[in-house]
Amino acid sequence: MSAIPLLKISRLTKSFGTNQVLKSVDLEVTAGEVVTVIGPSGGGKTTLLRCVNFLEAYDGGSIKIDGREVGYTDNAGGKKRGEVDLAAMRAETGMVFQSFNLFPHLNAEQNVMLGLRQVRKKPHKEALEIARHWLDRVGLSHKTGSLPSELSGGQQQRVGIARAVAMDPKILLLDEITSALDPELVNEVLDVVRQLASDGMTMLIVTHEIAFARDASHRIVFVADGSVSAQGKPDELMAEVANNERLRSFLSRFSATAH
Amino acid sequence: MNYQLSFTQIWRHFDKLSYGVLLSIELAVIAILIGAVIGLTLAVIYVSSGRVVRAFISAYVEFIRNVPLLLLVYLVFYGLPTVVNIAYDASTSFIVTLSVYAGAYLVEVFRSGLDAVPKGLLDAGKAMGLTPWQRLLHVRLPTMTRITLPALSNTFISLFKDTSIASVIAVPELTFGAQWINNRTFRIVEVYAVTTVIYLVAGYLILFGLRMLERRFRVER
Repeated sequence: MSAIPLLKISRLTKSFGTNQVLKSVDLEVTAGEVVTVIGPSGGGKTTLLRCVNFLEAYDGGSIKIDGREVGYTDNAGGKKRGEVDLAAMRAETGMVFQSFNLFPHLNAEQNVMLGLRQVRKKPHKEALEIARHWLDRVGLSHKTGSLPSELSGGQQQRVGIARAVAMDPKILLLDEITSALDPELVNEVLDVVRQLASDGMTMLIVTHEIAFARDASHRIVFVADGSVSAQGKPDELMAEVANNERLRSFLSRFSATAH
Repeated sequence: MNYQLSFTQIWRHFDKLSYGVLLSIELAVIAILIGAVIGLTLAVIYVSSGRVVRAFISAYVEFIRNVPLLLLVYLVFYGLPTVVNIAYDASTSFIVTLSVYAGAYLVEVFRSGLDAVPKGLLDAGKAMGLTPWQRLLHVRLPTMTRITLPALSNTFISLFKDTSIASVIAVPELTFGAQWINNRTFRIVEVYAVTTVIYLVAGYLILFGLRMLERRFRVER
């Protein structure tokens, strides 16, 4: 039963003005798989992720989730979907952001409930139950009534994760979710992600936490200079270092800063 | 100089001032409410429209901001009825004028508030599948409200003080009441001193109320 990929990205291109950020990216993620994207800053990792839920419109190639083209009715260059259609499509994916992006006027519970109520159209009671369940799962059952401003960075990010997974997305997109955190708060967030991974949540993760990428993901994709430069299972990729100059210099810079 | 301060006459006619300040507040509140509806509606239209619509809204804002309120009051009260066949009392005329005037200032306040909503919050709304209308209602407007409260306080206080201009078309608000007493008693220092204190207290109370709101709805970014 060779799995049909849940997410299939082919020959993806994206430019900002004259700056071509993505030059033909190919990437597949099957259901239940945890794929981590690593690579130097400015290499297009975040842009790639933001194309998957069409926060960025891509210029060429194709992105398909469950066989359905993202953002366009056909391929890139085809007709762009209408706003309501786009919204329905984005509800299939969940996203967690580097800067948390919790709604400042809503408490933890309400942040998680907003999508459940407005997008999933759940009745209030059910939405509340789901929200409390997920806040409990991320270890915040005692903070359900707190505003984002009353939470630490790590707690805010865990609410961010609860908000995304509560929607029961087909795939979860994590965009450098620990980059804005103090070092001592990184682990409480990564632990939650590890748990989701062991529950079988499909995830596409952009991160600078190489150690985490190595022990938590099924596959690591090294994106540099706008395309996939190397990919494979964590140990396969590490074996690749000998043949891949860019990967070697990227990882060496990392171990240099780790000391 | 042998002027003896005497407030007796002022207290005798104090009802003109107490009635006046209440009318001033009433004029300001109604004009602010109507102006807020105009301002918010146009601000939302502005940020979600093309160049032509934006140009029309900007023209309205620029026109109002560059014409003295006094002139607008004369135009609407004396000018408009001679051109169009309508009749209205001075208070109604002034409310219309101040509302349109407030609307122009509030478009700017709300527009910059809408622009100041962090892009990340809108991304979060998009990512969870909210439609543009839902993003406006549940993300952009609530966040904007908190961002604009300080600027709104200033505008509200200004508009409250601007109600004094209604005195030129004999709307019996606070300044008109003061003029009336002055004309009767010639106690110019006393009457304007008392009126000043009333404006100060009323203005401060409005500001205090708005500050309480700000504190309640403070946005952390």
